[in-house]
Amino acid sequence: MRREKPATLADYAPLAFPAIMLSVFFVIPFGTMIAVSFFQRQQGGFYTPAFVFDNYERFLSLFFAHVLGFSLMLAVMVAVCCVAIGVPFTYMLTRMSRRAQIAWMVALLSVLSLSEVIIGFAWSTLLSRTAGITNLLVAIGLMEKAVALSPGFPAVLTAMVYQALPYTILVLYPALVRLDPTLTEAARTLGASPLKAFFTVVLPALRTTILATLIMVFIFALGSYLLPQILGRPQHWTLSVLITDQAIYQSNMPFAAAMAVFLVLVTLGMVTLTLFAGRKREAAI
Amino acid sequence: MSGLTLDTVRKDFGHFTAVNDVRLSVPHGTFVCMLGPSGCGKTTLLRMIAGLDLPTSGAILLDGEDITKVPTHKRNLGMVFQSLALFPHLTVGENIAYPLRIRGAPREEQKKRVDELLAMIHLSGYADRPVAKLSGGQRQRVAIARALTRSPKLFLLDEPLSALDAKLREAMQVELRQLQQQLGITTIVVTHDQREAMTMADTVVVMNKGEIRQAASPMEIYRRPADTFVADFIGSTNLIDMDTDGAGRAVALGQAIPGLKAPGGGKAVISVRPEDVQLTAPGSEGAIAGTVTFVRDLGGTIETFVDCAGKQIIAVSTPRARPDVAVGQPVGVVLDPSVCVVLAR
Repeated sequence: MRREKPATLADYAPLAFPAIMLSVFFVIPFGTMIAVSFFQRQQGGFYTPAFVFDNYERFLSLFFAHVLGFSLMLAVMVAVCCVAIGVPFTYMLTRMSRRAQIAWMVALLSVLSLSEVIIGFAWSTLLSRTAGITNLLVAIGLMEKAVALSPGFPAVLTAMVYQALPYTILVLYPALVRLDPTLTEAARTLGASPLKAFFTVVLPALRTTILATLIMVFIFALGSYLLPQILGRPQHWTLSVLITDQAIYQSNMPFAAAMAVFLVLVTLGMVTLTLFAGRKREAAI
Repeated sequence: MSGLTLDTVRKDFGHFTAVNDVRLSVPHGTFVCMLGPSGCGKTTLLRMIAGLDLPTSGAILLDGEDITKVPTHKRNLGMVFQSLALFPHLTVGENIAYPLRIRGAPREEQKKRVDELLAMIHLSGYADRPVAKLSGGQRQRVAIARALTRSPKLFLLDEPLSALDAKLREAMQVELRQLQQQLGITTIVVTHDQREAMTMADTVVVMNKGEIRQAASPMEIYRRPADTFVADFIGSTNLIDMDTDGAGRAVALGQAIPGLKAPGGGKAVISVRPEDVQLTAPGSEGAIAGTVTFVRDLGGTIETFVDCAGKQIIAVSTPRARPDVAVGQPVGVVLDPSVCVVLAR
């Protein structure tokens, strides 16, 4: 679609309100955070304005590199799991009757209304030894005795996927609804089984949407700091957990700010790379 | 039997019967057009033949083999959809090669077949173009070529030409018919355009409300419609009520027409094509008196609307044959029994 470029100053007027909101609630706080990340920390809980690289220097250690690596890996895994579950699920959902679709949508939206704390404790109960799902498996004779599945990495991953899945489905839904159903039918008349049609026609046709969803879930998962604490061991703590720890419990604002800025930069870098790779593939095709 | 057989095929959607116990036999190599108003069940019937919908009851046989429950991808058929359904993420060549690629055919074989098909549809050299860069007519051809990649036993087309402009559509109709004759493939086209059906088909199947009203050659359908629906739907016609008088003569618009006879000697309807209606001088022997109410001069033909005792009759002739008609002029309308078709009311 072609659109006219705004010509006069008045044409930009509709942008004024969002621009003000973005400046006041995003650009200014983020600027403050960047500034604070260069400040000098005062022992005893406060900081003085300065321009030092101490905070970034402290960050350059094997420990933090490890935490950063784990955080990125966890976010990527959450994104991949969400898309791997979300795409087939949403595809089925769009083929259901209007009624079934509404029922599912209401259920998904109600998951969104749950706070992260409730999700965390619900899963920790579900995965516990005393009251968890392993007791059910024991009852039907599949297991010898109940075991604790939490804390641990699978527990963190499960809960984070659970939390991010409704967003994934809501983002995928419009694109999948608009997908021409005759594309799959055409593939079937050309000799593709329904499964083959899904992989050779539906997935490739949705490439851009899937990439955008991966990026969205990745960023969403990167910011999660409660679930790793509730369901994980210290080695499963993400950078977001450490940032919270520094900012709130250690009262080291400059260091927390430095870590946050670094995380933003790494995230932006990864998103740019992904988009670039996606664009390049598109151009090749 | 070689060819396609539909044996009392029925499809219900809840309480609505889309296809009502249809029986049809299509010999191998025939070009069939299913024609009917929208919602008459023609597309549902086509989808059942393709296996995209399952019949509620009845059987579909291809070359004597029952394929009613065979899944679509195991029936060897090619289908062109109304939306064409070309894969947007693939090029022209990749679209055409798709059936071979998913079967894991070697690259050289794929390329050879794509080149063959592109030559057949006069698009050689277009293999590497994205489908989005093609014109409507070119996309149409690509969709046809893709459906023919596997050399299917059955070629199905659902309103294939409806997206094209009138001129291109007429050209494609001829091309499609020639292609079908060249390949000798059993072809079924669903359309609501009767011109399209008349141009292409060996057999026209007229459907209404889920039932086949008549299945015959285009000429037969036009000359000998089976009922008033077919007569009215195919081309334009004059439907005139007919009655039988005490002496057993057929009477229409107050004029006895010798040579016509209502079945059972009661009431019936006469169908006369406008080009078969003759206009003569008023008061001629055996003519129905009328008054010209409107003249539509189309250059090539001239349509005269005549009011005969409240019934409007349309006569079509060439302007050279009728230079004299004018609005308000009294004329005589002659219904020649040899061109009248008597139908049940």
